Amino acid sequence: MNLEEYKGVYVFAQQVDNVINSIAFELIGKGKDLAEALGTTVTAVLVGSNVKDLADELAEYGADKVILVDDPELKEYRTEPYAHALASVIEKYKPEIFLVGATAIGRDLGPRVSARVHTGLTADCTQLEIGDFPINPIPGKEQKHNQLLMTRPAFGGNTIATIACPDFRPQMATVRPGVMQKREKVAGAKADVEEFNPGFTPDHKYVEILKVVKAVTDTVDIMDAKILVSGGRGVGSAENFKLLDDLAEVLGGTVSCSRAVVDAGWKSKDLQVGQTGKTVRPNLYFAIGISGAIQHLAGMEESDVIIAINKDETAPIFDVADYGIVGDLNKILPALTEKLKAEMAAK
Amino acid sequence: MKIVVCIKQVPDTKGGVKFNPDGTLDRAAMMTIMNPDDKAGLEAALRLKDQYGAEVTVLTMGLPKAEDVLREALAMGADKGILVTDRVLGGADTWATSQTLAGALRNLDYDLIITGRQAIDGDTAQVGPQISEHLNIPVISYAQKIEIDGDSVIVERQFDDRYHVLKAKMPCLITALAELNEPRYMTPGGIFDACKAEITTWGRADLKDVEDSNLGLKGSPTQIAKASDKVRKGTGEKVALDPAESVDYIVGKLKEKHII
Repeated sequence: MNLEEYKGVYVFAQQVDNVINSIAFELIGKGKDLAEALGTTVTAVLVGSNVKDLADELAEYGADKVILVDDPELKEYRTEPYAHALASVIEKYKPEIFLVGATAIGRDLGPRVSARVHTGLTADCTQLEIGDFPINPIPGKEQKHNQLLMTRPAFGGNTIATIACPDFRPQMATVRPGVMQKREKVAGAKADVEEFNPGFTPDHKYVEILKVVKAVTDTVDIMDAKILVSGGRGVGSAENFKLLDDLAEVLGGTVSCSRAVVDAGWKSKDLQVGQTGKTVRPNLYFAIGISGAIQHLAGMEESDVIIAINKDETAPIFDVADYGIVGDLNKILPALTEKLKAEMAAK
Repeated sequence: MKIVVCIKQVPDTKGGVKFNPDGTLDRAAMMTIMNPDDKAGLEAALRLKDQYGAEVTVLTMGLPKAEDVLREALAMGADKGILVTDRVLGGADTWATSQTLAGALRNLDYDLIITGRQAIDGDTAQVGPQISEHLNIPVISYAQKIEIDGDSVIVERQFDDRYHVLKAKMPCLITALAELNEPRYMTPGGIFDACKAEITTWGRADLKDVEDSNLGLKGSPTQIAKASDKVRKGTGEKVALDPAESVDYIVGKLKEKHII
């Protein structure tokens, strides 16, 4: 493998039902930082059926170029044709970096692609930068420059590791949604669009889709919310979440929850924050009756302001909260909601 | 039907994590368990065995003490246990691990391979899909329901806001979610038999069609640049006030931060 042949930062622009997932814009945003450090460009790889119209949106968020792989076989996500699409793009265009979102699709697709092209893949990265490997010179070992250093939590968020892939290309990472920042949208921006179809011939690895069942939900995606009012086991019951609903309403926020709440059947899984749920970074995160298991903290500690209310003063949530209130949520929340209503009305 | 379930012995992170003075994980000081997603995969295999009849083989790669999880699996109802252990396999990343397991699987007959979605120590969710690629078979990850239909398998595959019902011809690899089922307990008779059962142990030489350059630390494309204990942001203020004062305190902070 001649590493020098590999150039440019590529990102997988995930779309479902011809709507681009927010992670694609986040990857382009981070990709721009990396590309600037390397003096190269960002290419978005758009895969689907009749998705050409989506290319401009990728350009508006900063993609310099879009490679379009458009084929009827790619209508719904399936591992094999999508893996074939990305592996073929990698073989043809030889990117030095390839980023994929750590979504349910990306975490299926990434490993299959990296295994096909024989390179390393670092999962669920929360930080990416260009640097040297080894980070500090080691006598007798070549220190390589301009390497992708990929940082990720492990052991349920207890440790953090920085990984490099010095001898194989592309350097591949899946990136945790909600962590990287999008760039400002530039309306009317255009990218070079290049169409590429490697040919899709169904074989034994193409699975058959018998049915697609969509969950019916009218709730806001908690990853997009600016204010989250999040409840844990301490809320006590599904009915008692009314207190959180009321507070969220007056603040213009959204209700989310911890894993314990999902396990108890009080709220649905799509509202769960944490290691096995979603990573959120709102402007304000209310942690109400949440003890703060390490897996929960991993999903919310990057929030700008964290306010915790818990009756147990030793709850680990207080270790990450900017403002912690030791007290009874059943007394504090109704009074807080009333007070905020009065404040808003006075404006 | 022949089913192989890949399982991993992992440190139990529930009871907290212990570190050596140099910052590396003190695995010896931590309890070990069968990885939860893998246990759900094993339970799924055992239910298929109950329903359709199957031979269930459990396969693990690890230190010699990983034999314990194989015995646990046998006590739950698995038929055979295979331990792949060899010093040259140590330090493997997901590429080298999946190459190792694929090398072992090439010695076995299988209609279905089941792995857990991810292990709680690494959380990568990579090894299952990578094994399927090395063996050139279809993969269905994130399975929440599994049924057999003749020579095919029908699986409910979970996504964020939907699920797909997928049909694949066997042989096929499936990765299982812990939510798939509630694993059964070991039975006293099962434990008794499992203690006496013969565990097959394979080393490097027993792996089929794998080059040395794809194994262990040397065969791992990814390398650790640094590892550290997670640095958390500093603790903020903590107050214990009566409810009315608490409300004033919170409203004051929201104003200070220009949120209201």
